[in-house]
Amino acid sequence: MMRHRIPLTFALLTAAVAALFVVDLATGSVAIPLGEVWAALTGGETAPATAKIVRSIRLIKAVVAVATGAALSVSGLQMQTLFRNPLAGPYVLGISSGASLGVALFILGAPLLGATGSAALSTLGMAGAAWAGAAAVLVVIAAVGRRIRDIMVILILGMMFSSGVGAVVQMLQYLSHEDALKAFVIWTMGSLGDVTSGQLALLLPAVGLGLALSVAVVKPLDLLLLGEHYARTMGLDVRRSRQLVFLSTTLLAGTVTAFCGPIGFVGLAVPHVARLLFRRADHRVLLPGAALTGAVVLLLCDIVSKWLTLPVNTITALLGIPIVVWVVVRYQSAS
Amino acid sequence: MIRFEHLTLGYGRRTLLDDVSASIPAGALTALVGRNGTGKSTLLRALAGLGERQRGRILLAGKEIDGLTPRRRAECVALVTTERVRIPDLRCRDVVGLGRAPYTDWTGRLRGEDAAAVARSLAQVGMADYADRTMDSMSDGECQRVMIARALAQQTPIILLDEPTSFLDLPNRYELCTLLARLARDEGKCILFSTHELDIALTLCDSVALIDPPQLHHLPVAEMIRSGRIERLFSNDAVRFDAATGRVEIR
Repeated sequence: MMRHRIPLTFALLTAAVAALFVVDLATGSVAIPLGEVWAALTGGETAPATAKIVRSIRLIKAVVAVATGAALSVSGLQMQTLFRNPLAGPYVLGISSGASLGVALFILGAPLLGATGSAALSTLGMAGAAWAGAAAVLVVIAAVGRRIRDIMVILILGMMFSSGVGAVVQMLQYLSHEDALKAFVIWTMGSLGDVTSGQLALLLPAVGLGLALSVAVVKPLDLLLLGEHYARTMGLDVRRSRQLVFLSTTLLAGTVTAFCGPIGFVGLAVPHVARLLFRRADHRVLLPGAALTGAVVLLLCDIVSKWLTLPVNTITALLGIPIVVWVVVRYQSAS
Repeated sequence: MIRFEHLTLGYGRRTLLDDVSASIPAGALTALVGRNGTGKSTLLRALAGLGERQRGRILLAGKEIDGLTPRRRAECVALVTTERVRIPDLRCRDVVGLGRAPYTDWTGRLRGEDAAAVARSLAQVGMADYADRTMDSMSDGECQRVMIARALAQQTPIILLDEPTSFLDLPNRYELCTLLARLARDEGKCILFSTHELDIALTLCDSVALIDPPQLHHLPVAEMIRSGRIERLFSNDAVRFDAATGRVEIR
């Protein structure tokens, strides 16, 4: 059993991703039978309206769900290892908040300055603003986090970032015009479905690059499990590895936040679920494991959010918070 | 094997060691002793290439430490720190396998010879049966042994250990230091460890490096006892240490 546990878990997760992907395509305000979903995807005979719903709405959304789940989970796992803190994650550390601030400045700030541009330009601008915001927060957290390893301090810092960002965003909202305000409020609710095919053309390569970078640092991440000092004595260039991890996290969390809004708790909770499933700590197993688990979780959340017609980040929060509480209790009793 | 010349260490305006030189030989177990806060850890970290030094040069196996890339340095010197490492779900074989990092490819996958080195290292510290156990289910002494096995798997001519005996009970302390002595003498390694156990330093080690701030004296055990430096350093109004008998007298 133990010998086959890991391949078996990978196989089950992959099957779950495939199955949920198809279910996700079939669910929505219009129920479409699985047979017709298949026909629409493979170019078989279906009503043109059905084909359009499946291909240009639901397919994009399901792809975004997979990319988002994998991206947030992998960025959370990297943060947890780098900061040696089980509660680290893009949302908790304020990296998503940093990205939000960037987006707020872009959506609300650009019209205030009278700037308008084409769709492609605004896509790029939104992503760029989110990357810049995410990277800025990461640099600050890293500077503080290196000196302080207390779990709670990092959490409080993240909260402070989020509150600070909230204040700035409110200021912008107060000054903003109605249209820009509405666009921003809808963005903050978090949605996988507002991504256009043009945005997808930026989201997928950016997330792909972030994931590729994370694969490139599996060995450094393993060494960093023992802490920076040990990692250095085993020949790791810690500075360079940290830069790669930051770049990867900025791309993953920043891109997702830019196009789907702030989606909380996935980055924090999913790595713990993956650890429970695989019972391993080395990143050659855990990294792909977390990516697959994240895809499963976000597809599930998307399906549930469609049933209940609720924003997806309310679902991720309701699912994620119990896991966060469990992690806090577990680590408190362990230490 | 380890040489340092005119070495000055400290942080900020505080100098811990001032212009000290010594040569720690291979094939011998050397204890680093000194009172609290006199720079034992700082010296070990500097020798492992972790800390900044203010002046002087350090040579590891004849090579300037500054001229070594991180990877070459990792092939030359391994360090076991005082930090207690307990990562949930990380198996002992994985921890020890990390010691193979200088020799593995970018994925860190262990090849046949790496796996053999891991198994041999675990066996050397008597932990072969623990390969698949995770560290969160083990005692302090067992974790300490695994961290030492990790240093052995790194296959370096020099091993530095910072207070390896501090979490261990009396029999375990002696057992661990006997193991270190055996590794040094049988495998020709240069092993330097800091300790507060003067009795162990004087009975199981070949030589003693004593920090008498801001100086450091490195002598074979018999000469160190005769020099009287240990008595002077480790005696105060309350206790007196007799280096010849290894006894502590309360005044």
